[in-house]
Amino acid sequence: MTDEQQPVSDEPTRRDFLYLATGAFAAIGAANVVWPLIDQMNPDASVKALASIEIDLSAIDIGQSITVSWRGKPVFIRRRTQDEIAEARSVAFAALPDPQGDETRVTKEEWLVMVGICTHLGCVPLGQSGDFNGWFCPCHGSHYDTSGRIRKGPAPKNLEIPPYEFVGDTRIKIG
Amino acid sequence: MSGESTYKPSNGFARWMDTRLPIMRLVHDNITDYPTPKNINYWWTFGGILTFCLVTQIVTGIILAMHYTPHVDHAFNSVEHIMRNVNYGWLIRYIHSNGASMFFLAVYIHIFRGMYYGSYKAPREVLWILGVIIYLLMIAAAFLGYMLPWGQMSLWGATVITNLFGAIPVVGDSLAIWLWGGFSVDNPTLNRFFSLHYLLPFLIFGVVILHIWALHVPGNNNPIGISVKSKQDTVPFHPYITVKDAFSLSIFLILFSYFIFFAPNVLGHADNYIPANPLVTPAHIVPEWYMLPFYAILRAVPDKLGGVILMFSAIFILFLLPWLDTSKVRSARYRPLFRQFFALFIIDCLLLGYLGAMPAEGIYVVLARVGTVYYFAHFLIILPMLGIVEKPKEVPASISASVLGGSAQAAE
Repeated sequence: MTDEQQPVSDEPTRRDFLYLATGAFAAIGAANVVWPLIDQMNPDASVKALASIEIDLSAIDIGQSITVSWRGKPVFIRRRTQDEIAEARSVAFAALPDPQGDETRVTKEEWLVMVGICTHLGCVPLGQSGDFNGWFCPCHGSHYDTSGRIRKGPAPKNLEIPPYEFVGDTRIKIG
Repeated sequence: MSGESTYKPSNGFARWMDTRLPIMRLVHDNITDYPTPKNINYWWTFGGILTFCLVTQIVTGIILAMHYTPHVDHAFNSVEHIMRNVNYGWLIRYIHSNGASMFFLAVYIHIFRGMYYGSYKAPREVLWILGVIIYLLMIAAAFLGYMLPWGQMSLWGATVITNLFGAIPVVGDSLAIWLWGGFSVDNPTLNRFFSLHYLLPFLIFGVVILHIWALHVPGNNNPIGISVKSKQDTVPFHPYITVKDAFSLSIFLILFSYFIFFAPNVLGHADNYIPANPLVTPAHIVPEWYMLPFYAILRAVPDKLGGVILMFSAIFILFLLPWLDTSKVRSARYRPLFRQFFALFIIDCLLLGYLGAMPAEGIYVVLARVGTVYYFAHFLIILPMLGIVEKPKEVPASISASVLGGSAQAAE
């Protein structure tokens, strides 16, 4: 090599390539190291293992509800009266902020199963109260109807329906 | 201040040390002989009070962690164990829980002092921004700490606040689950909140050092808001300011002690002495008093995502304050219109605080909306406009001239 100045050129040099390649490898390596540190905060195996429960419904009469705990959240199971079912099915879609037919929210029309967590900020609504004979959240004033649909107040969505199936006539499996 | 160092090592060891680790020079230049404007008033003593609060929270917190168990089955009982069995446990816990309130009281006075005297204006923008970061970290630390006793308010407060993140479109639900480490606020959440609650005070401590560093470059602002022009305008930090700070701290400690010894639970909620129950929500969820204005803003908006965005904006807008205030005059003393709007702003913050504690219905919601609109109008409309329409009063020639008043002018 001589002491002559390098000619100025727009062509990437061997050094530019080495810089980029080193930087890219370091970035990918760092991301791989960081991911376990982030993912460890996601639900662990023992939490996921509790993700399904079975409940016997035979003791619940018409007009009665029970609350069970699923994944640490309350789940409302209500055996609805004929009036409540009729009321839920007579509502016009236009009156619903989050339109959903009652038929799509139940497997058997008598049994309403839903997560008892207000879709606003996560409080537990009170049953058989509010302006629509359904549920009322005392935290910030959301009213739900007899199908658990939001009718009035700040909550954006209907009460969530958990995945569940009937494993017998009076037995369901949630999760 | 970034002037020449006035440190003179007084003996052989000090000279030896000074060429190896000049820590005595650092202390001398930044504490002992740090030049401070001679006209600063008692509103300037809250920085020292805040440092005291931070150290108090760290010391009592480390002690409490020796006796506390971060597990849903034991947390509530371990706090009662601290209150009943641990020697002086009741005292240490009451200092820590009321200390959080005192910390926020002091920081609010400190922030409003900065707003009144224009301490955020050039060249102190970075100093102000670091202060807002400290305030944000304080909010996070207070929220995390409030969850640890695992009472009803702990659980449901944590539930409501973590659900705020669920309002973020697309990633919100996964983010909430990630924060919880489960499908609701539960043991994994309590565990990580404890870990982070222990971490944050040390982060605050780090940012406080940057905050003081950024303060010592331009030096303190002062009640008349004009910069130090000569050595005549300043006094050494020690003993003049150390004594003033110590006196102010003593008065502050009287108030602090009143709460610790005579009303230790008056700032808390009785519901938090009921163990957490994930199946029952308390009828009326309210945050601690220092978060109430932001809670009022959250509830004033009828839309979930909108409420969350406005609530966070209410804090983040403080970062922009140095650029939203267009007036070149720092101190409100010479800004007659700003003074009036500043008073209205304080009233608005207090009003929002009151409304945050009230149920979200009827007239309270209407007032909260008015208060929220005014809060943002203060920053986005009033402050930029005032700099243009306001005619400031005449500013004194120097700090000395203002302190000496007529006699300085007469001497000229």
